[in-house]
Amino acid sequence: MRHKSVSYSKYGYIFSLPFVFAFLVFALYPTLYTAFIGFTDMKGVIPKPVQIMDNPFQNFIDLIVDNPSFRKSLVNTAVIWVVNFVPQIVLALLLAAWFTNQRLKIRSQGAFKVLLYMPNIITASTIAVLFNALLAYPIGPLNSLFDMLGWSDSPINFMQDKTVTRSAVSFIQFWMWYGNTMIVLIAGIAGISPTLFESAAIDGANGFQTFFRITLPSLRTIMLFVLVTSMIGGLQMFDIPQLFHRVAGGPDDATLTASVFIYGQAFKGSYLYNRAAAASMILFVFAAILSAFLFYIMRDRDASKLKKEQKKINQAARTMAREV
Amino acid sequence: MNTIKETSALSLNINRTIIYILCIALSLLSILPFWIMFVNATRSTPEIQSGLSLLPSVHLMTNMNVLTSKSFDPIRGFINSLMVSGFATALAVYFSTLTAYALVAYNWKWRQPFFTFILAVMMIPAQASAIGFYKFMYQLHWTNSFMPLILPAIASPAIVFFMRQYLLATLSVEMVEASRIDGAGEFFTFNRIVIPIMIPGIAVQAIFGFVASWNNLFMPLILLTQKDKFTLPIMVSLLKGDIYKTEYGSIYLGLSLTALPLFIIYFLLSKYIISGVALGGVKE
Repeated sequence: MRHKSVSYSKYGYIFSLPFVFAFLVFALYPTLYTAFIGFTDMKGVIPKPVQIMDNPFQNFIDLIVDNPSFRKSLVNTAVIWVVNFVPQIVLALLLAAWFTNQRLKIRSQGAFKVLLYMPNIITASTIAVLFNALLAYPIGPLNSLFDMLGWSDSPINFMQDKTVTRSAVSFIQFWMWYGNTMIVLIAGIAGISPTLFESAAIDGANGFQTFFRITLPSLRTIMLFVLVTSMIGGLQMFDIPQLFHRVAGGPDDATLTASVFIYGQAFKGSYLYNRAAAASMILFVFAAILSAFLFYIMRDRDASKLKKEQKKINQAARTMAREV
Repeated sequence: MNTIKETSALSLNINRTIIYILCIALSLLSILPFWIMFVNATRSTPEIQSGLSLLPSVHLMTNMNVLTSKSFDPIRGFINSLMVSGFATALAVYFSTLTAYALVAYNWKWRQPFFTFILAVMMIPAQASAIGFYKFMYQLHWTNSFMPLILPAIASPAIVFFMRQYLLATLSVEMVEASRIDGAGEFFTFNRIVIPIMIPGIAVQAIFGFVASWNNLFMPLILLTQKDKFTLPIMVSLLKGDIYKTEYGSIYLGLSLTALPLFIIYFLLSKYIISGVALGGVKE
């Protein structure tokens, strides 16, 4: 009896083996290899012997100190993310509060959710090229619309304006993601104990008070989760800025994000794998810091409790086995 | 008292009206770009250049001929995307469920550290290892192969996380014990007892896994250079190039063709997708 209960635990190892193997080969090794390339002089299409730089950190120093393009890409990533996220979270919160408000009783919520979430599921590459076509100059759908509404006298070349293109990329990100954030927040509000809302109603709290004193504080963890996952996603922003302009980066590199920079360094022109790898590692450090933060938000609070419980059960089982 | 009630009812109605108007405006904002895309796919380039229209025209076949006469091959792209996403999704959900089962059903020494590890690596972006991954695949002569796009799906930490949560809620020890008493092996029990009860969870993760893989641009763009291997997102990137410069009708048609399968999937499964998104947020 005792022998058998021990023998099952080996399946834990056996069944996790494929995951561990695939992770080591396709995730861990490439990450370490990327870090290694960051310290070398690897460049060019034709493979040749690779050497570690005289100063191993030369690529990193070059990027941070001497490369305005890279710095610009980091700033762009941050600016585009912030301009997309602030209106996104505000609108999502508003909609979530309205949809869950018992007094308002908004109808056909299901249909609204389906429609507002829709852009999120469509291929980002398709959306990028679609918006490029919609903003076409001199004749394009948006220019026609502006003309029809009398907002502009002559066609506007949207794609040539730095602020406009950057805002457009932010807008597309916002438009693709606010529905997703809204649904997550609605689920979060649904998870708040209804007695809290009831007692607030009994105490005569109005809509604003309930929102700011009950809903918002109770959503703190979920909001933090939304914030951090959105930041990690924002760091990787690639499809939209890569395909929105005919030449990735747009006028004066206005929409050059960190991922677009990395792709451009490694797979265009001079094939500077080492510089791209160093930039990836800098990005990796940012993502790792954010992930560590997220990890603390999401860690299983009950896990330690469960573990104690499990130990007790095991002990009981063992004593029972001994008695048998 | 009555007047207070009336005014509050009135303000409630005003609020409601404003909210409905905003929601309808936002819905239109979601629909309109895609509507214009589908409509323009049926209009000729001169028609598109003459202004905006919300009604379809009759030039679908002309646009199709222009589109396919150049390097855009939607059927090839569709088959390639389907192969990559199909196999990647199948591997991802099967092995993630297996890993989650290992985490839930068995009591082994490394269980908790392994779960902590999965949580820790869940959000690491693919871009962080892309250069090393590309160089590694290049050395294996696996560029222009679908293998590097499919096999890494075996290790999908986020899906393992969801499957574990799902298993904790649905798996009963009695079921597993009963299967053991019947003399079934552990692997058999997993395939014949555990997988069937996991189907709802697997379906949700399969939809999201499939869509994520279908929409992926970064990795295929790096790895695939031969035209006959291109997935749909890479084909889309061809549409903005010089070859279609003035052929707006066929550009819109190409975009429509890449988006159409997703619209079909979405409207068939939107109920599950929306509830899946909601589930994703409430992770605790």
